[in-house]
Amino acid sequence: MTAQTLSPAEGALLGSAYALACRECGAEYPLDASYACLECFGPLEVAYRPASVTREHIEAGPASMWRYDALLPVEPGASSRPGLQPGFTRLVKADNLARELGARAVWVKDDSGNPTHSFKDRVVAVALENGRRLGFRTIACASTGNLANAVAAAGSRAGLDSVVFVPSNLEAGKIVTTAVYGGTLVAIEGNYDDVNRLCSEIAANREWGFVNVNLRPYYAEGSKTMGFEIAEQLGWRLPDAYVSPVASGSLLTKVDKAFREFIRLGLVEDRAYQVFGAQATGCSPVSQAFAEGKDIIRPVRPDTIAKSLAIGNPADGPYALDAVRRTGGAIADVSDEEIVEGIKLLARTEGIFAETAGGVVVATYRKLLAEGGIDPEAEVVLLNTGDGLKTLDAVAPTSVPTFTISPAYADFESAYSGENA
Amino acid sequence: MSIALKVPTILRTYTGGAAEVAVSGGTLAEAIADLDAQYPGIGARVLDDEGRLRRFVNVYVNDDDVRFLEDLQTPTPDGANVSIIPAVAGG
Repeated sequence: MTAQTLSPAEGALLGSAYALACRECGAEYPLDASYACLECFGPLEVAYRPASVTREHIEAGPASMWRYDALLPVEPGASSRPGLQPGFTRLVKADNLARELGARAVWVKDDSGNPTHSFKDRVVAVALENGRRLGFRTIACASTGNLANAVAAAGSRAGLDSVVFVPSNLEAGKIVTTAVYGGTLVAIEGNYDDVNRLCSEIAANREWGFVNVNLRPYYAEGSKTMGFEIAEQLGWRLPDAYVSPVASGSLLTKVDKAFREFIRLGLVEDRAYQVFGAQATGCSPVSQAFAEGKDIIRPVRPDTIAKSLAIGNPADGPYALDAVRRTGGAIADVSDEEIVEGIKLLARTEGIFAETAGGVVVATYRKLLAEGGIDPEAEVVLLNTGDGLKTLDAVAPTSVPTFTISPAYADFESAYSGENA
Repeated sequence: MSIALKVPTILRTYTGGAAEVAVSGGTLAEAIADLDAQYPGIGARVLDDEGRLRRFVNVYVNDDDVRFLEDLQTPTPDGANVSIIPAVAGG
């Protein structure tokens, strides 16, 4: 494979995609399984020819992320091929939360409603389509847990073998919810960055489709659908701001990309919006770089209960910084204690049980409001990327029965009136 | 002084396909300079125009990311293992 410039007319087409292009230097490559630029090591991203899509076309599509297939690097007909059909999750108007926080309008984009209960089903769906197209019989990934679930489940549904690599200290819930699908699950004695590094080496020597290594350019595009849905579900318009969790930085970046694509296509009115990022203080390299006004991200060794965000060396961090600075947003971080409070606040006010990453988002939003970093009059969408049932350990110590009594009516009356006195 | 340097797939066009090569130098900067002397042009793939590590390259000396150590000034003692790996996002 050599660097070349492919015109939209010459490149092989995959939907409206025609090439992989380096985000750093612009060199273009064919649409195969590669992820790093031969010229400068920069990450490759899918390049598209101009597409033309109408609201009516999208609204007539399936109630899944495939309603946006014209804006994704997939062959037509993805919704009819075996897969998990993720997406089109609910957008919840969070009036109780808004009232509690003194904010005007808050929405929660609740991706815990996906087939394996996180937004990772979206990215895996696009990676799987391309893994199949490129002839891989095995799909694989390095994961902090949610991706592991999504790859194992999607592999089973698609009839492909799966090999999933995770840090061995992962939450028990995420081990079980991966292993149950029957693929190969490899626990690595190390943190996510160690796992990721090992997978880069394995990917170079195996004919496997690693969804977040050699299929990463396709995979990352799947995150755009979360942004597309927010705009469509708001009634074809953009919010004033959104708050995204930041692990690798990819989701935050791709939701911003989705908003800009919708503006360019004329599907929503062109308007300013702000992008906010949320990290756990115990793994906050992007937040630190933001606070220090730097472009270079210094890696950290993660130590936080928000394990799905525990990426100490975030490859898309520089692009997340770009998006936040361009839009006048911010990136902030919150302690483990604040994360637990965030999970419980969302559960108590809206009946949504988010995993730790969702707690990070809620807590960061609260902190930004308190510090004046975000306008309480702004209409804000909070991204909840996963399900609290997968990270029970975080809230288990403080989520216990109100009281425990014998099965006697008098005991109940006594305890209940005592509690509600 | 001999250092075992692992070459990522995308740079093996420079090394005639070799996945691992022997280089010498007391620091990472010297090791990369020797690598470039043996395989001209490869250094510019790893370092930017100002001689810094490109931001999407991860380099490990004995399994530690050099950005936790002394970056290009990280010592590379005899027998050290150096790996050059493109950065990959994940989650």
